[in-house]
Amino acid sequence: MYAALKNQLYNWLFQPRGPQTGPIVLVQRRVFILPTRHGMGFAAVLLLMLAGSVNYNLSLGFILTFLLGAMGITAMLHTFRNLANLRLSTGRAQPVFAGSMARFTVCIENTGDSDRYSIGLTRDKHEAEFIDVPARQTVFLGTGVPAPRRGLLAPGRLTLFTRYPLGLYYAWAYLELDMHCVVYPRPAPPGLPLPAMTSSAGQGAEHGQGQEDFFGLRQYHPGDSSRHIAWKAVARDQGLLTKQFSGRADSELWLAWELLPPRMDLEEKLSRLTRWVLDANALGLSFGLRLPDNTIPVASGDAQRGRCLEALALFDAATLK
Amino acid sequence: MRTRSTMQTVALSLRNTLWLLAALAMVAAPHVERLPWWVSALAAMLLLWRIHLGRSRLPLPRKWLLLIIVAGAAAGIYLHYRTLFGRDAGVTLLIVMLALKTLETNSQRDGILLIFLGYFIVITNFLYSQTISTALYMLLCVWVITATMIGLHYTRPHPGYRHQLRSAALLLAQSAPLMLVLFLFFPRVQGPLWGLPQDAFSGVSGMSETMSPGSIINLSLSDAVAFRVEFKSPVPAQRNLYWRGPVMWNFNGRTWTARPYLYYFGELRFDADNPAVDYSVTLEPHNDRWLFALDLPVTIPPTAVITRDFHLRSREPLTSRIRYDMKSYPGYRLGLDETPDMRQRALQLPPDTNPRAAEFGRRLREKFADDRALMGEVLAMFRNEKFFYTLDPPPLGEHPVDDFLFKTRSGFCEHYASSFAVLMRAAGIPARVVTGYLGGEINPLGNYMIVRQADAHAWTEVWLAGEGWVRVDPTAAVSPLRIESGAAAAVPQTGPLPMFARGGYAWLKQMRFSWDSLANSWNQWVLGYNPERQRTLLLRAGFDDATWRTLAVILIIATGFITLVLALLMLRKMGRTERDPVRLAYLRFCAKLGRKGLPRSPAEGPQDYALRLARLRPDLAAGIAAITQLYVALRYGSDAGSGTMQSLERQVRKFKA
Repeated sequence: MYAALKNQLYNWLFQPRGPQTGPIVLVQRRVFILPTRHGMGFAAVLLLMLAGSVNYNLSLGFILTFLLGAMGITAMLHTFRNLANLRLSTGRAQPVFAGSMARFTVCIENTGDSDRYSIGLTRDKHEAEFIDVPARQTVFLGTGVPAPRRGLLAPGRLTLFTRYPLGLYYAWAYLELDMHCVVYPRPAPPGLPLPAMTSSAGQGAEHGQGQEDFFGLRQYHPGDSSRHIAWKAVARDQGLLTKQFSGRADSELWLAWELLPPRMDLEEKLSRLTRWVLDANALGLSFGLRLPDNTIPVASGDAQRGRCLEALALFDAATLK
Repeated sequence: MRTRSTMQTVALSLRNTLWLLAALAMVAAPHVERLPWWVSALAAMLLLWRIHLGRSRLPLPRKWLLLIIVAGAAAGIYLHYRTLFGRDAGVTLLIVMLALKTLETNSQRDGILLIFLGYFIVITNFLYSQTISTALYMLLCVWVITATMIGLHYTRPHPGYRHQLRSAALLLAQSAPLMLVLFLFFPRVQGPLWGLPQDAFSGVSGMSETMSPGSIINLSLSDAVAFRVEFKSPVPAQRNLYWRGPVMWNFNGRTWTARPYLYYFGELRFDADNPAVDYSVTLEPHNDRWLFALDLPVTIPPTAVITRDFHLRSREPLTSRIRYDMKSYPGYRLGLDETPDMRQRALQLPPDTNPRAAEFGRRLREKFADDRALMGEVLAMFRNEKFFYTLDPPPLGEHPVDDFLFKTRSGFCEHYASSFAVLMRAAGIPARVVTGYLGGEINPLGNYMIVRQADAHAWTEVWLAGEGWVRVDPTAAVSPLRIESGAAAAVPQTGPLPMFARGGYAWLKQMRFSWDSLANSWNQWVLGYNPERQRTLLLRAGFDDATWRTLAVILIIATGFITLVLALLMLRKMGRTERDPVRLAYLRFCAKLGRKGLPRSPAEGPQDYALRLARLRPDLAAGIAAITQLYVALRYGSDAGSGTMQSLERQVRKFKA
């Protein structure tokens, strides 16, 4: 009963709306404000001063007490104004590996004429990052979110807050921005040998791309490994060309699910594959990735690495059943 | 631009530390003249030590070291004041603690605590001085403290001290109207709320059961209201307004005491001739039992008793304001049949005190056989020789009456009453000292009389055969003004500096007068604003008999209104304001179409929008195309030409969707 009421109150007050894609404008309805512990302390000091003024009939004591009390009210407006009418939109979130911190960036635009100071962004109310937002400027403020598991990570509800100018009040707004960060599986420890260049099934191996024998040049495509760029051709002003090697089809590097022991744990397998992707890319190899539900053709370069890691990150365990 | 921090344990930056120390030093500085010198030195040393530690980034001292200093300082303060409580010792202790606290302040949270303490120190200054200059200086202190507090809430980079001071000034200035409303309408309660420390107001208090040199002088500096009187019959002349209080019979050479009281249980008996005066008294609580009435009261309030010397006493100490109806006879003859016992009591003088006065009295007796003639001689001496009436008499020695009569010769009502009674007793005339108040000031607004502590007075009564107890006011002999117009008029203006006395400094004189009138208004309206003034103000504003509820309603409405106005002023112009005239014109054009149900979708560029519109409303296509072309040229083109802007404005104005 009490919990239900509390929930009701919470819903009415904070109106959780779910993640929002567009920019959020902190209209008055979205900014909440409460006194801080320091604010309570300030009020207590004022009461003490009031009692002292009454007791000793100190006219100037009354004036001081009332001035500070009025300042307590004015400070509330200032704190509120420091946060109100900011425009917030989603910033970027670079992919990370599981077990590290993901950084979500929020774009804060101050469209008004007054500078904003000490705006903080926090997720857990313990760690916060602060930034000033001068008038008519846009800044980016990030917050770290732990990414324990692979997959798509949403930051959850973030809190944008401020205590400026006097720290007597805490004004905050909840942000549920539609942001995601791709979390790659945690790579297995380095030192694992790459799988052997395995033979692909079938006969269609006339001129699959391999590593051994050079057979020609073609136009550079983004994503080609820098090791395969024909630097001599570049030096001759022939533009960026990529060396192509012929190899037998069985020499292709396939990082395949079925290469791993069947009884191995699912996440462990993904970790292993992740390590292989990293190692293969570091060596500048061309490689493909084969998962039970998804196959990424052989290619090389950082784009290939990103494609493969993303596939590993988003691999859905349900497809195995 | 960014800082990362956990919220509670932000370390105090050197900049903030220095601000904090400077603010605290500023606010504590006026106390230096009142503190024992070693306390000031200790506090200064501790602050300098803290600055040194902050600048050289050394760790703060250990707790045990601070505890030793605290203990040592507390012991020193105890030895100096013989107490750790009360105003002086309390303030001293507070200053020492404050200085020590800075030595363990390293986090923002502790910084805030020091800020609060700083505000508190401001108010302790007012215990000692409430002059205009103190007020201005303390305003400066509050400004700096508030700026320091703002500084604590910046995240790096610091916007600079100017910004800090400007923000604090803005905050305080915006708070001023609210402060004024609170000052005027906050329901005022007459203090004190609890027992004041003994040294709280040496100088502001009520009557006393004893009278020694200096006790009434302290009262005379207080403007506090003692009681108020509403007369139902014509107001007696100022010189007849003797408000009778404790009557003192016993004298120990220095101090007169009223105890023990001899209560009167029979009928009140005295001869009264003149018409009676009817009035009611509203007495401010003074936590003792005496009541005051005009000489000579005939009615006894239900909760009171009367002594044989016609002093009214309440049965219970007065802890709240009371009102009682009284009837008095200003013309009376009292104690014609006073018993020999009582007459004897009114003759006792402690042996071996004030020998010269006793000798002088005896010699007077030898000279004058007639009591009246003897009294006239003494009063003539007060009047004709160099006796002065002053609120600031020199201190008196072991034999205060001797010292006063033969050495200092300047004093206040109590000096004259005391020495006159001693001389009378030495001459064999029964005499006693009556304390109370003399005079009062009619408040034209409420048509009642206010009697203030400053009106406290002491006079004597002597017993003459065939006349009974006769009131003699020796102060009148010295300073008739005191009797006719009150104490303030009687004190000679402390002479202006010789510079002012000379001619040719008219502007300086003028300035002095202006300052004086400013100080007067300050006293009247700032320092003197009390529950009474508040009532008067509300009465003028048309609130008869305003209760605290009326005040609360006024307060809430006024506070709410001012806060609302402030909020509107502060929160306007917060949203996106577009200033680019080109874009403004284009937005006006879009709004016209939007009203016709053809809004531009947020992701649509001007060209796409124009194409879509042309399809939907071929009739408007020409105008739309023209406007879009001008807009694109102005906004994205390299050189649009000077007339293009005007042409866009014109087109938009003419455009009808």
